Amino acid sequence: MNDIPLTHILFVSTALFFIGMYGLFTRRNMITMLMSIELMLNSVNINFVAFNKYLYPDQLNGIFFTIFIITIAAAEAAVAIAIIINFYRSHYSIDVEDSGEMKW
Amino acid sequence: MKFELLVAVIIFILLFIKVGSREWENKTVLNVVNILLLVNFVAGFFMNADGTLFSSMFRTNKLMELQKNMLNLGTLIISAQAYSWLKNHKHVLEFYMLLLSTLLGMFFMISGGNLLMFYLGLELSTIPLTALCNFDLEKRQSSEAAMKLIISSAFSSGLLLFGISLVYGTIGTLNFSEISQHLSGSPLQLFAFILLLAGFAFKISVVPFHLWTADVYEGSPVAVTSYLSVISKAAFLFVFVSVLYTVFKPIAGEWYKMLFLLSVLTMFTGNLFAIRQNNLKRFLAFSSITQIGFILVGISGSSQMGSASVIYFLLIYIFSNLGAFGVIAFVSAVSGKENMDDYKGFYKTNPFLAWVLTISLFSLAGIPPTAGFFGKFFLIMAGAGKGNWLLIIIAALNMVIALYYYLKVVKAMFMDENEQPIEKLSISTLPKLAMLICVAGIVVIGFIPAVYNYIYSLSFGL
Repeated sequence: MNDIPLTHILFVSTALFFIGMYGLFTRRNMITMLMSIELMLNSVNINFVAFNKYLYPDQLNGIFFTIFIITIAAAEAAVAIAIIINFYRSHYSIDVEDSGEMKW
Repeated sequence: MKFELLVAVIIFILLFIKVGSREWENKTVLNVVNILLLVNFVAGFFMNADGTLFSSMFRTNKLMELQKNMLNLGTLIISAQAYSWLKNHKHVLEFYMLLLSTLLGMFFMISGGNLLMFYLGLELSTIPLTALCNFDLEKRQSSEAAMKLIISSAFSSGLLLFGISLVYGTIGTLNFSEISQHLSGSPLQLFAFILLLAGFAFKISVVPFHLWTADVYEGSPVAVTSYLSVISKAAFLFVFVSVLYTVFKPIAGEWYKMLFLLSVLTMFTGNLFAIRQNNLKRFLAFSSITQIGFILVGISGSSQMGSASVIYFLLIYIFSNLGAFGVIAFVSAVSGKENMDDYKGFYKTNPFLAWVLTISLFSLAGIPPTAGFFGKFFLIMAGAGKGNWLLIIIAALNMVIALYYYLKVVKAMFMDENEQPIEKLSISTLPKLAMLICVAGIVVIGFIPAVYNYIYSLSFGL
């Protein structure tokens, strides 16, 4: 377990976070954007679990936080998909470029 | 805990009405809900107990009770104003259930003494709100607004969480009081703080993070817009002030510079964009961005007066913004008109509504007899306590620019001619009462020094 240093795991999680951010900024499909946001949230989960395991093994704060993040991300995705379905009903598309009625 | 329990009880009562076999008429439901909210508001003043619960995850004191009372009051006023819109809506009970869930989330967020509790409250207060933005189910713009809000709020909570995880990694606790003891200001902690600040800035729409604001305000139903711009923003600002002043106290020098930059950007951008708007909801969106800029000036004062002036200003802001939104909500619900050109000659047909809107706009602009002047005055005084005169001069300049576009609306209502002005509208009792409360608040609060003194005695400095 301790063969892998903490910095490696942090590198992975930070990379994942910024890949998610990049995806959110470049993708135009709403479902893909949602997936990118999940990527960002999961990188935070990795961070919490890694910090908890390596630096503060005597407590459970980080693990608890992870469980809550997973739950809330699910709730958020549910509401977001409901909104996207409603969006599709009026626009017949889930491309963000089509949501340009209100500008400036 | 009483505030949270009461709101939860009301949500359950509404749920039982919903699942019950009997069909309720909209008017009955609205009356019942408004009475419940009134009871909720009045009960907020009695039987309050200070202290902490659940190993300081939940804490409460006199200041938090005051803040919760303010939020309760705002919700009550919005509910009364939404009467003419909800009367004909199919999903009244769902509207109130979602609305009260967000209120519950804000209460937990204000009382949270732990980053976990704070995060849970934050999500509980934003996720139902995005569903509320979509409440005009048939309108294209409404679903567009909800989509923009949920994507940007999910993104901002991602940033916030990454910041929280780094704080946890460097300090090893999530408790507010322990974090402030161990914060050393190392580069990693500063990075974490910037991410946290970005998350907050999204929620209160500070300038580089404000892009969702105008679209969401324009697309959502007006009642939801006023809730977003007043209640949700006020709750986040309360938490923002307390987090900055207590948790991030050790790095006060660093965040002062950030706030300075952000407030200058916010005031200028909000003002310059507000000038070119024609839709009144969009116009108020940019004006509320500008107000956030002024509030940041007050926060940057980082003294006891800083936090007192922010809370005092928000109390006035609730009245003045809800007064303006109340009129716009009513006109939009009855006649469907929201553009500034439609309001030309408004005074001739609807003098009462025109006066309410005028007084509210004067208060937002900060013209002396109204309370808005005193609110802005205290904010700027608090900011001046730091001795950064450049910031104060910029704030004063922006107050002048703001006056231009607020008066443009007043001019359209009182002086411009119009072939087809909005016809005479008859106002039902409840919205009228809400508007009168707003006007009374705007006129009276500035002249009662006890209000400010009470807030000052409760607040805390750096």
